[in-house]
Amino acid sequence: MQNLVEVDNLTFRRGERIIYENISMRFEQGKTTAIMGPSGIGKTTLLRLIGGQLKPDSGDIRFQDKSIVSMNRSQLYKARRDMGMLFQSGALFTDINVFDNVAYPLREHTKLPEHLIRLVVLVKLQAVGLRGAAGLMPSELSGGMARRAALARAIALDPKLIMYDEPFAGQDPISMGVLVKLIRELNNALNLTSIVVTHDVDEVMQIADYAYIIADKKVIGEGTPEQIRASDSPLVQQFLNGAADGPVPFHYAAKPLQDELLQGCK
Amino acid sequence: MMQSLVHLGRNAIDRISTLGRAAQLIWGAIIAVPQPVKNTPLLIRQMYVVGVQSFLIVAVSGLFIGMVMALQSYTVLIDYGAEDSLGPMVALSLLRELGPVVTALLFAGRAGSALTAEIGLMKATEQLSSLEMMAIDPLRRIIAPRFWAGVLTMPMLALIFSAIGILGGKFVGVDWLGVDQGSYWSVMQASVEFHQDVVNGFIKSLVFAAVVTWIAVFNGYDCEPTSEGISAATTKTVVHSSLAVLGLDFILTALMFGL
Repeated sequence: MQNLVEVDNLTFRRGERIIYENISMRFEQGKTTAIMGPSGIGKTTLLRLIGGQLKPDSGDIRFQDKSIVSMNRSQLYKARRDMGMLFQSGALFTDINVFDNVAYPLREHTKLPEHLIRLVVLVKLQAVGLRGAAGLMPSELSGGMARRAALARAIALDPKLIMYDEPFAGQDPISMGVLVKLIRELNNALNLTSIVVTHDVDEVMQIADYAYIIADKKVIGEGTPEQIRASDSPLVQQFLNGAADGPVPFHYAAKPLQDELLQGCK
Repeated sequence: MMQSLVHLGRNAIDRISTLGRAAQLIWGAIIAVPQPVKNTPLLIRQMYVVGVQSFLIVAVSGLFIGMVMALQSYTVLIDYGAEDSLGPMVALSLLRELGPVVTALLFAGRAGSALTAEIGLMKATEQLSSLEMMAIDPLRRIIAPRFWAGVLTMPMLALIFSAIGILGGKFVGVDWLGVDQGSYWSVMQASVEFHQDVVNGFIKSLVFAAVVTWIAVFNGYDCEPTSEGISAATTKTVVHSSLAVLGLDFILTALMFGL
């Protein structure tokens, strides 16, 4: 099977801080790939690198066999028409209703007449179960509904790749179940390639065909969900089991407690 | 000593890079290929938001400033028996200085801060990023209509401010203090030159409009996407715009009237 996205020897820094050091990843066409890892290690940054919103310090990112890194602005914008992204906050435009949010990319990038745009929007909203909410404003939606509406917008142009940034964060069990189902079904029905960035291990392991676990600037584990679960890496096991202490320490680096407490008494 | 030099150098580099980013932003917004069908409704909406919604504060301020101008001027002019000069005094002050400057300051406080907060919030809620990921240039869809709306509406507001101020001066000078109505208007007509006073005042407000709106949209676009960041950016917009308007006013006045 061909890879839709390839990350080769990528290094990325923010100021002095190294976020990724020489990492490589493959995202197979038509599959759902999960990227997991502790909070704050730069999972969202990776999606922004793939989307070309950030430039790596070294290495390459290829989308449909073309280097995202060396694209100029217009080539990048053209490539993005084949990408969809579901942001953690949904990122719906707050001054227009759900229908117009989903219609937005269609009105921008196609010359479809308004009656056809209406049809496409209603189909997309039906797919996420929000056809009845087409007239609502984003402020009237619950968190889960807002994410589903944003998902409908992300698939409006039938992209080849869809990237989900923490789709399950802060969701109640029902909303989470709905989102898990939607990601799986949309991936199959539309033959999408999905990249799901999350730290909700149980949910994503249900739907992922392949998974990467990132920590400490590099990939510490990869494989199918079964292979990941069977990994003997203590770091991977700590992450999967949610252990408070382990290779990733419970305490943030600090000087010894005794020294700190007695400091004021000297 | 060395530390201070390092600090100074870093500060200078930061400021120059901020200016560079601001120039990049405005260049991207100005040279964006016009898409009349898509952009005109956005522009009209923004003209309503930044222009029409600022009308009331501008009109009320213009009225009171014109009234105060007339009252203050009358008390001085009457000592010299020169109350007939009240009309030109009020009109010239408003058209040359107070109209463009006070409108720009009011605009910075009313519309500029709102623009910064709106764009900053769009950044914090990832709406700008989502536009980029939808292959839509935020400079074209968000920044350009707001910038042009500011540039087009502020000079009109400044003219409205001056016109209402002149009427306010008439209410106080003619209707209350008893200055002759004929001389109020006729001396004003004789003294105010269209090119020298009205056009120059208009040019001033056009420059202020571009600078204030530029500062407002840039601060929103460049802010830290946090509540503190948006708050700081909004404050910066008002402070920087006000200082820029007052500084530029001196330069423009010197160029137009002083040399």
